[in-house]
Amino acid sequence: MMPTSEDELSGMIRDASGPISVQGGGTRGVFADGQALSTAGLNGITLYEPGALTLVARAGTPLSEIESSLAAEGQRLAFEPTDMRALLSTSGAPTIGGIVATNASGPRRIQVGACRDHLLGVRFVDGAGNIVKNGGRVMKNVTGYDLVKLLAGAHGTLGVMTEVSLKVLPLPQAVATLSIPDLDAAQAVAAMSAALGSPYDVTGAAWADGAAIVRLEGFSDSVAYRADRLAEELMQFGAVTIGDVDWSAVRDARAFAGLPGDVWRVSIRPSAMPAMVSAIRADGDVQVMADWGGGLLWVLCAAGRDLRTSITSGHATRVRGDASAAIARFHPEPAAVAALSRGLRQRFDPRGILNAGVMG
Amino acid sequence: MQMPQPNASVIALKDQLAARLRSVMPADAVITDIAETRAYECDGLSAYRCPPLLAVLPASTQEVSDILRICHDMGVPVVPRGSGTSLAGGAMPTADSVILGVARLNAVLETDYADRIIRVQTGRTNLSVTGAVEAEGFFYAPDPSSQLACAIAGNIAMNSGGAHCLKYGVTTNNLLGVTMVMMDGTVVEIGGGHLDAPGLDLLGVICGSEGQLGVVTEATLRILHKPEGARPMLIGFDSNAVAGACVSDIIKAGVLPVAIEFMDRPCIVACEAFAKAGYPDCEALLIIEVEGSDAEIDHQLALIGEIAARHNPVEVREARDADQAARIWLGRKSAFGAMGQINDYMCLDGTIPVTELPHVLDRIRQMSAEYGLDVANVFHAGDGNMHPLILYNANLPGDLERCEEFGAAILKLCVEVGGCLTGEHGVGIEKRDLMHVQFNAADLDAQMAVKDVFDPGWLLNPAKVFPLDASESHRAA
Repeated sequence: MMPTSEDELSGMIRDASGPISVQGGGTRGVFADGQALSTAGLNGITLYEPGALTLVARAGTPLSEIESSLAAEGQRLAFEPTDMRALLSTSGAPTIGGIVATNASGPRRIQVGACRDHLLGVRFVDGAGNIVKNGGRVMKNVTGYDLVKLLAGAHGTLGVMTEVSLKVLPLPQAVATLSIPDLDAAQAVAAMSAALGSPYDVTGAAWADGAAIVRLEGFSDSVAYRADRLAEELMQFGAVTIGDVDWSAVRDARAFAGLPGDVWRVSIRPSAMPAMVSAIRADGDVQVMADWGGGLLWVLCAAGRDLRTSITSGHATRVRGDASAAIARFHPEPAAVAALSRGLRQRFDPRGILNAGVMG
Repeated sequence: MQMPQPNASVIALKDQLAARLRSVMPADAVITDIAETRAYECDGLSAYRCPPLLAVLPASTQEVSDILRICHDMGVPVVPRGSGTSLAGGAMPTADSVILGVARLNAVLETDYADRIIRVQTGRTNLSVTGAVEAEGFFYAPDPSSQLACAIAGNIAMNSGGAHCLKYGVTTNNLLGVTMVMMDGTVVEIGGGHLDAPGLDLLGVICGSEGQLGVVTEATLRILHKPEGARPMLIGFDSNAVAGACVSDIIKAGVLPVAIEFMDRPCIVACEAFAKAGYPDCEALLIIEVEGSDAEIDHQLALIGEIAARHNPVEVREARDADQAARIWLGRKSAFGAMGQINDYMCLDGTIPVTELPHVLDRIRQMSAEYGLDVANVFHAGDGNMHPLILYNANLPGDLERCEEFGAAILKLCVEVGGCLTGEHGVGIEKRDLMHVQFNAADLDAQMAVKDVFDPGWLLNPAKVFPLDASESHRAA
């Protein structure tokens, strides 16, 4: 199925006789059983106002089209949407709907927020075929319940998005990355916390290949000034160099692309990260790297390993692994919270046909 | 304002309910005396009042759970209350409801500068959250203008904003976790010190649900290190349209100030008379604040000055020191007080796309003449969140009603140009019946489905947010 209008999509869902697998670009490894429904026919930027920092696009619009329109005006999606193609060996073109449905947010999460924080409004068709809008296209909006956040990251289980409106931000004039090599997990978290606890407006803090890397963005003079100041403060953790780093590799966990094994994302408090790395290593061979100042751990481990048995706080999502294995993609929720999630899915999709089983 | 008929059988349960509540909490925390319950009869929307059946002041999550379980058992509606500063009637009681005030829940539970979070009980005031961390150089970013008094509980319920949200976001962007008590007494933990949700983003829908999904007793909030410094610039223009175009150009140029405030002539005149801040005599002025080191601030203000110069400003005034900065902010910060001195006023809160500013201000001026009521405009221009203040005379019969009609017309205009009814104050009872303007039946049903799941009996904060005709079938189910 490939609807070309919201009404057509509504009819298709209303008349569906079985489960539907909602597909954007198909790059993020989220596949449900059922008839495929592609959003590719819901395509195009419908409104872009650079002076209001807002962009509205239909859900199937390729990210590349949005990014080139924004770049032409010196703007960008500041939440740094991830590209999972290399890591998951998928092909196709990521769509804005898929990014929103998975709340795909990169290193700048720690400064500007996640995709959900930049999502101003949605239009979607729920599991009964109802066309619903929520939010809008303005920065501040508390009119009614915020279903916008609920739809972001719902992996298509509450409705099929047809249009999203997003806050965009200016591209910086300059970028610089400070690197400190040869740090263990505890030293890296300490260095990243010091950077993030400074007044210098850090826009990325990651730990990869044993190096802590810290990103600054803004006007050239300002970046140069802050880089110098921050380098002084971080010298206590090791030798600091200032240069260029490819943050898209960090964003997409590309170091694990092409290597055998399963890949997990663990979301934790940064201070809990070093002990967690030790616990995960004690239970088997792994490779690890961290983003979000230590609050996001990427783990490459043996295929079939249930990483959750080594984890005592936060939550773990398996992003790559054998889908037929008994390990769920998402971390099980406490019973009372799971009941709320289940209740919401039942209300928005009473027949349980939209991406059934993808979120439990 | 139409409210549902109070349930007489619930009112008849008052003594029995009070006795059960006193069995689970100290006697002084259950307020039944009619003179004392009057303290809770309204919030910041003081035109509407109704004393509650009784009020309770729990001191722990366990007590909140006990209260809600008892009220749930007995079918008694509950109205959660932070500090009662809502401008939308979000905490207004009904005659058959219990006010649950969180004022005694005001402890700081944990502060972690390495993880940059603070965990507090939600009766704590917004400003005192910053107060708890500022010695270490940190602050809590959302800064509603009632921040001295308003509670975090209310901030979460209404997803409060503030003057600096252009850069730092509103409550929902700075809230990482909650402990929430459901109407049946169940305690749930959602989120925590980490940055994303393991499943559906329940935290996202709880924030801004106006106390209708549960009572949040504890919250984990993101704290940030303060910038090295901040300084404002004042720019006067000879028309609203030119000031609006300047805002757009600044944003397009890649400068992202932390605040862009806009005042029109009626507001400037009133503030000048009240605060004598020395504002220029002009049609519109912008106060733009940027952050960073001294050199960074100089650079950004210079850029903004260049952009403003292309719009033939009447005056450009750059703060060179803290004293000059305070003078620039003085008039803006006393705007509401200044208006209160000269008149009764109603403060609106619609948001519009920034590009529509000149058009909307023109229309408001025309409508002002049609309704025969003056309007002063002061608002957060960077994000399009308007605060038109409609002046009226409460002692003149019919004036309040005319003012409300005018207000409704302005909010409809906001929706018409692509904006919304409320940017940061919330719907409450004030804008409840206007929800049809922005949402159709399916839009409202989807929101009410969330309410059905969290509070199937519709006992929490009744008769708010959703028009009564729209919610009737849900409430009866």
